[in-house]
Amino acid sequence: MLLITCPFCGPRPELEFGYAGEAHVVRAQDPREVSDLQWTEYLYQRSNVRGVHAERWRHAHGCAQFFNALRDTTTDHFVATYRIGEPRPDAAVEAGR
Amino acid sequence: MQRFSAFALVKHALSGHQRWQPQWRDATPKPAYDAVIVGGGGHGLGAAYYLAKEHGLRNIAVLEKGWIGGGNTGRNTTIIRSNYLFDESAALYDHALKLWEGLSQDINYNVMFSQRGVLMLAHNVHDEQSFKRHIHANRLNGVDNEWLTPAQAKEFCPPLNISSNMRHPVLGAALQRRAGTARHDAVAWGYARAADALGVDIIQNCEVTAIHRDAFGHVSGVATSRGEIATRKIGVSAAGNSSVMMGMAGLRMPLESFPLQALVSEPIKPIFPCVVMSNTIHAYMSQSDKGELVIGAGTDAYTSYTQRGALHISAHTLEAICELFPDFRRMRMLRNWGGIVDVTPDRSPIIAKTPVPGLYVNCGWGTGGFKATPGAAHLFAWTIARDEPHAINAPFNLERFARGMLIDEAAAAAVAH
Repeated sequence: MLLITCPFCGPRPELEFGYAGEAHVVRAQDPREVSDLQWTEYLYQRSNVRGVHAERWRHAHGCAQFFNALRDTTTDHFVATYRIGEPRPDAAVEAGR
Repeated sequence: MQRFSAFALVKHALSGHQRWQPQWRDATPKPAYDAVIVGGGGHGLGAAYYLAKEHGLRNIAVLEKGWIGGGNTGRNTTIIRSNYLFDESAALYDHALKLWEGLSQDINYNVMFSQRGVLMLAHNVHDEQSFKRHIHANRLNGVDNEWLTPAQAKEFCPPLNISSNMRHPVLGAALQRRAGTARHDAVAWGYARAADALGVDIIQNCEVTAIHRDAFGHVSGVATSRGEIATRKIGVSAAGNSSVMMGMAGLRMPLESFPLQALVSEPIKPIFPCVVMSNTIHAYMSQSDKGELVIGAGTDAYTSYTQRGALHISAHTLEAICELFPDFRRMRMLRNWGGIVDVTPDRSPIIAKTPVPGLYVNCGWGTGGFKATPGAAHLFAWTIARDEPHAINAPFNLERFARGMLIDEAAAAAVAH
């Protein structure tokens, strides 16, 4: 089981969390202007990274807040967690190396 | 190739079984091939076999980064069935089931295909309605499937608990009698041996690190950990690593890779005559010929390439097994492991041409690729050889996501594949 650091509550066991898919997938501001291919990209295409992956989690059985995390999908090691709206902390990735 | 037969067995017994040949050559890569298959699992080896056998391509290589059958082919729970809801899926999976029925003879290798029946348990009204709908849809498509009452299910599978005191009592079951299991390692080895006999090079410990394209965008070769290989046709059959492979050609895929776990118990005498699946409380189980109970768990919640899963996922499955089969409560588990499964948004596979000329992909099998091995391999070979899909795999293309033509087995079945 993973130990996940909620940016609001601190480290908690994985069972308290829900996974919510890839982070930073942005819905179009004006859906009428978007082509089928752009919709496909938004709805279905995923980067499915083998390495450091930006993803959303929700502390469902805790503060109930969504937040983002960087996790290495080859080790399941969490590099960093950060609040929604904050930029992806790639400096933490470099520092971890 | 030395053919296996009763006569060969007797002959080799006389020489103390010292003169059996290796089943396939340990090939070293040549500078160029007519076609290269990336991924030496059942799907990839099978595709090479059918390319050689049915389409006359003999100058083929299968590139495997580890050892053949060491990925999901050797990690699944070996369940084979074709009782899918939609016409497209029923055609695809039943094509595979029909090939399974003749596979051991076809490749002269005993894959231990056993049509012992797959029983899918209904635990609530929704299950019952959904399974009955499946049964009717299957029968319209010529796929056998029938409804059993709890007593009939108990008769078919004596260890099953049909007590009304269960948290999720068994209300009935759908039974596909033609469904069953096969020995997964034998599938990889049998296809490897048969393909090798037709001249296919099976190259292990050879990881593809780049896909090269010419000035017109057509594929021109691959870079591997064992050197450069030129080719004009590349078939990617890389399961959980499909996104990574396709990324080398600049393509983004509608895939996410998740760990899926399985476990086996200590071996016991034959007690479990069929395969039982319960989607609602999530457990599936069969007994291998070796005597181990083979148990499948669900996927972990998050994407990963680690080939292991969290303990609470398999614990959850074991709780369900203990309730369904109280006889097994005190059994010990010997081993558990994970495989990485590539899941599409509609839980249906992709066997298709890609926007890159000369590049073909067979992926997205999610949690249920083993059952389709011969069918997927056969259709993938057709697609590669003719540069167009067979009628059966034509709906399983990449464009369906943009066109909204999803084959939504996820919502329709709500099943563990």
